Amino acid sequence: MIAIEVDNLRKEFVRKEKRGRGLPKRRRRVAAIKGVTFAIERGECVAILGQNGSGKSTLVRLLSTLLLHDGGSARILGKDVFRQQRAVQRLVNRVSVDASFFKKMSAAENLGYAARFYGMTPRMTRDRIPEILTRVGFPAERRNEAMENLSRGMQQKVALARALLTSPVVLLLDEPTTGLDPRSKQEVQNFIREIRTTHDSTILLCTHDMAEAEILAERVGILDRGELLFLEPVDDVKARYGVETLEEAFLAATGRTFEDETDEDKEREVFA
Amino acid sequence: MTTVAPPRSQVVKHELIGLSGVIERNLYLVKRYIWWDVAFMIWTIANTLTIVFIARGVNVSEAEQNALATKFLVGGVIWAFLGIIFEIVTETVAWERWEGTIEYTFMAPVSRPVHLIGMGIFAVLYGIVRAAILFAAIVAFIGISVPHANYGAALALLAIASISFIGIGMMTAVLPLISPEKGTQLGFVAQGLMLVVSGVYYDVTVLPHWMQWIAKISPATYALRGNRDQIINGGGLAWADVWPLLVTGVVSVPLGLWVFRTGERHAKRHGKLKRSG
Repeated sequence: MIAIEVDNLRKEFVRKEKRGRGLPKRRRRVAAIKGVTFAIERGECVAILGQNGSGKSTLVRLLSTLLLHDGGSARILGKDVFRQQRAVQRLVNRVSVDASFFKKMSAAENLGYAARFYGMTPRMTRDRIPEILTRVGFPAERRNEAMENLSRGMQQKVALARALLTSPVVLLLDEPTTGLDPRSKQEVQNFIREIRTTHDSTILLCTHDMAEAEILAERVGILDRGELLFLEPVDDVKARYGVETLEEAFLAATGRTFEDETDEDKEREVFA
Repeated sequence: MTTVAPPRSQVVKHELIGLSGVIERNLYLVKRYIWWDVAFMIWTIANTLTIVFIARGVNVSEAEQNALATKFLVGGVIWAFLGIIFEIVTETVAWERWEGTIEYTFMAPVSRPVHLIGMGIFAVLYGIVRAAILFAAIVAFIGISVPHANYGAALALLAIASISFIGIGMMTAVLPLISPEKGTQLGFVAQGLMLVVSGVYYDVTVLPHWMQWIAKISPATYALRGNRDQIINGGGLAWADVWPLLVTGVVSVPLGLWVFRTGERHAKRHGKLKRSG
């Protein structure tokens, strides 16, 4: 059964550029996603690797109904992401690089508020929130503390708890461990592994951490400047390019090292 | 795979729970920012006092001074009430963007009308509490006498006017969605312009003729006129004030929702629905 089906998906952004004093700004279209096609089976965990500005976040935001596309299609459990937004929103949740919360509110308050939007009453969340916070390793004594007093790692755990609280069929993880210290990163990765064994969730993990992609995902793809170069099991990728690592595969596929960023990549970051 | 659409009763229940969530969140925020609210209240009282004291300096009889002070007071209270509704509804987007939660809220399965109406209901409740405190504080401080005031009718008229204010607030709420940098300020401009043409501290008859025409379609005109009559003369709910408010309410809420939806589509098309705009 296919959980996520993306076909020839395209997204462009308009960039306004100054041309000099007194002259009107020039409008230029920049392609963020160029005809991306892939399918993910239900229960599968797939990682999309890419540099900054490669289009990973744009892809996640398209699938989260936060962007409208310019062509192609995307379906989640058969629902059209752009035409049946409410139905898709019920099926999807996400964790992004910024653990975005109301900073003055506590973890419990933030989770309670988020749960209401998914139809969960206070009675339903009374036990469920402490339970899920415990599962992500969040200390009970800090549940009522303002989010702004928590570390980044702790906030990211709450973000994972928020996403899981609504039991999403599809979980979109956009750089969930970026900026975390090694211990927090390990804890978050362990929890993602646990989700895979205990939940019937399909996971799309967008990251620029190749080791993370390799240990968590069944298939790995590289998104390069808006184009998906492949999406295959890690061993197949290595065999295809006759290399030992994903870094080498990226070099073989693009002619650049993963760390190399040109001006074009930096410009694309504005949109991604 | 085909997923079955949930029954209508479940959808309605889901939306009502979402609406309660919007109000619940705002109550949490009031609790967390309580000292900011106290400071803002003191500022509003001081600001209104500067207007109401003008009446004390006018060389007329004590009764006329009292009537003038009450007129100013009603203007100040409506300004504060309208201001808070505009601020809360307009900042539906700006606030979420500042906190960084905008993407999570806009990808959640709650309809935009429910989201915006939830913000509006909270704004009205919060605005009425603030307006009551402001009114009581000024009356006590200056010693204004309002023996005939019909508070029940005044509250009822304010509640009816709130429908229009929420509708117009929805229209201005779209501004931060389109222009993250200037949108909120433009909302304040809209609020100021509306009160200028509505006779906030004066009768609309003193305005230039063309402004008086605009005053006719402003709900604040009828809220101000009606509230002054109710507080000073003990007047009831006058149909002459109620029907224009009902008409503007019936027009402004659907129009506000349409404007917001259009703005949201624009933001989704141009990638502005994110924390950095």
